Amino acid sequence: MPLISCDGISKIYKMGEVEIKALNNISLEISKSQFVSFIGPSGSGKTTMLNLFGVLDKPTSGTLKVIDADISKLDYVQRAKFRGEHMGFIFQNFNLIPVLTVYENVEYPLIMVKSTPVKERKAKVLSLLDAVGMLDQKDKLINQISGGQKQRAAIARALTTDPKIVLADEPTANLDHESAFKVMSLMKKLSHEVGTTFIFSTHDPKIVKEADIIYTLEDGILTKREERSKG
Amino acid sequence: MNNIIKIAFRNLYRQKRRSLLTMGIVAFGVLAVLLFSATAGSFKNVMISEITDSMLGHIQIHAKGYINSMDNLPLDNTLQAKQIEQMEKILDEIPEIESYSYRILLGGMLSNYLESTSAKFSAIIPAKETQVVPLLENRLMEGTFLKKGEILLPELITKGFDSKIGDDIVLVATNADGSLNGQNFKITGIMESVMGPTGKYGYIHFDDAQTLLRMNELQVSEVAIRLKDFGDVKKVYRILNEKLGEIKNPKGIEVFEIHTWENLSPFYNIAQMIDMMALFIQIILIGIVLVSIMNVMIMAVYERTKEIGSISAMGTLPSKIRWMFIFEGFFLGVFGSIIGLVVSLIAIFIVNISHLTIAFGRNSIILLQPEVSISQIGLTALIVIIVSIIAVMEPAFKASKLEPIEALRQN
Repeated sequence: MPLISCDGISKIYKMGEVEIKALNNISLEISKSQFVSFIGPSGSGKTTMLNLFGVLDKPTSGTLKVIDADISKLDYVQRAKFRGEHMGFIFQNFNLIPVLTVYENVEYPLIMVKSTPVKERKAKVLSLLDAVGMLDQKDKLINQISGGQKQRAAIARALTTDPKIVLADEPTANLDHESAFKVMSLMKKLSHEVGTTFIFSTHDPKIVKEADIIYTLEDGILTKREERSKG
Repeated sequence: MNNIIKIAFRNLYRQKRRSLLTMGIVAFGVLAVLLFSATAGSFKNVMISEITDSMLGHIQIHAKGYINSMDNLPLDNTLQAKQIEQMEKILDEIPEIESYSYRILLGGMLSNYLESTSAKFSAIIPAKETQVVPLLENRLMEGTFLKKGEILLPELITKGFDSKIGDDIVLVATNADGSLNGQNFKITGIMESVMGPTGKYGYIHFDDAQTLLRMNELQVSEVAIRLKDFGDVKKVYRILNEKLGEIKNPKGIEVFEIHTWENLSPFYNIAQMIDMMALFIQIILIGIVLVSIMNVMIMAVYERTKEIGSISAMGTLPSKIRWMFIFEGFFLGVFGSIIGLVVSLIAIFIVNISHLTIAFGRNSIILLQPEVSISQIGLTALIVIIVSIIAVMEPAFKASKLEPIEALRQN
């Protein structure tokens, strides 16, 4: 049973009188625990694809089912609830909340989205911070840590609600090579350990090698699917 | 909810200077309202007290048509003995009434045997009158208070006649039937006028007026009433209207008319103007709070659009995003109010210890003692907080309705 199933989905943006076809007739399936990458040049439709998988947007046509839910039928609030229940996000610019500490940022989805009890919350946050190697930085504010550390905190935050799917749009774009590899290795390790499906987009050919399945997009069309052996 | 509050609080702390400036503006508005209300309220209270406690009393009762009569101080429209007896029973049953006093108001001609002038007199029962208007004796500029056969002359006439304490004077008056009568009086006191040096109002004893006007039985032009609590004026007025309204003459017309001090003194309009000005300043405060908080929160939403996008993407419900901004506006209002309240209390204390005085009528040294009531403080703070919440609604709704992908796209 696929976790995500697309059947002929297209996404068209209207810019005044002009229509831009960001995705064109895409069909694919993504299963549980896969480490999936979308690659392609700028404007190829990677971010649009991830936005659709992340239930942040709806396709213009076709059917997109995420964890058995037809997302075209969800309204604004239902989509927010769905994201909170099943999704984790890692952003290119980290998008951590600057007024909160590392600990509080990771804790945030448990409070604001899941309303998890305090004791359970604390155990969860500390174990995740330990897993991403940020336990010693937990009381620092976001502007007091490096880019690599921010992204590790963001990974911990994305995993804190035990999501079925984690989406990462260019998660290493703002990191140096060493930090980028560390972050990718960490994501892959956690993906296999916790059984979460990771879907990320990237430009970087070295980083993409970490993926189990690589989809190539060009001008909104899926041009290639490459499956790599795990390990 | 605690965590939403915590985040809202920290968001304000993140823009310390801006938040402090906004709270400062709100505090200034609160200061303006409370200081004005306290000072103007003090002035108003002193003036009302001056007028009611030295002249009018709190409520007055007359015979129907007396106040609007075309005649000046008519003696043919007074309360008669039987009516007074009925009225007394009612007044004695109202526990809010502290005391009441009878007056005969008359106009007459005064002569010192060399020259003469017209004047108005209030004939009073001194012991009763001073219970109703306790500041009356304070208006005595010179001499002693009233006894039978004595007259208290207004300052203007005393100067005009070049009279002094102990001099004799004749008062000639026409009674209700039109017959003229005169009586000798000894000047025992000189009275100042409440409203200025031009007053020509003197005082004689009630019994002397009855003799002078050849009244065979009790007749009264005016009944002045003092209440135990000034705040009960409207309540007692309603009771009197109801109970005295039931007493009618043989023609079925009401016998009494009742007026509060507000109906009888032109100062009531000034008091109303003071209240209007206080209201106007409150409206300005509402404007200040509304504009400053709305402005700062619109800026906050604009600056934090990407942040809103990411928390929304994570699944934060629109209602929680909305509450976060509402709490920010709420805190700005609450802290602005607290700062404003503290500064206001200090300012009011400074005005009190600096013994600020103002001139009103003949009393050139009325001490202003501004004070602010708990209800006034509560009302001002409540207005500020409610307006703060109203001001933040538009930005809060805007933030909660942001599409996450649009918000995340913004730099």
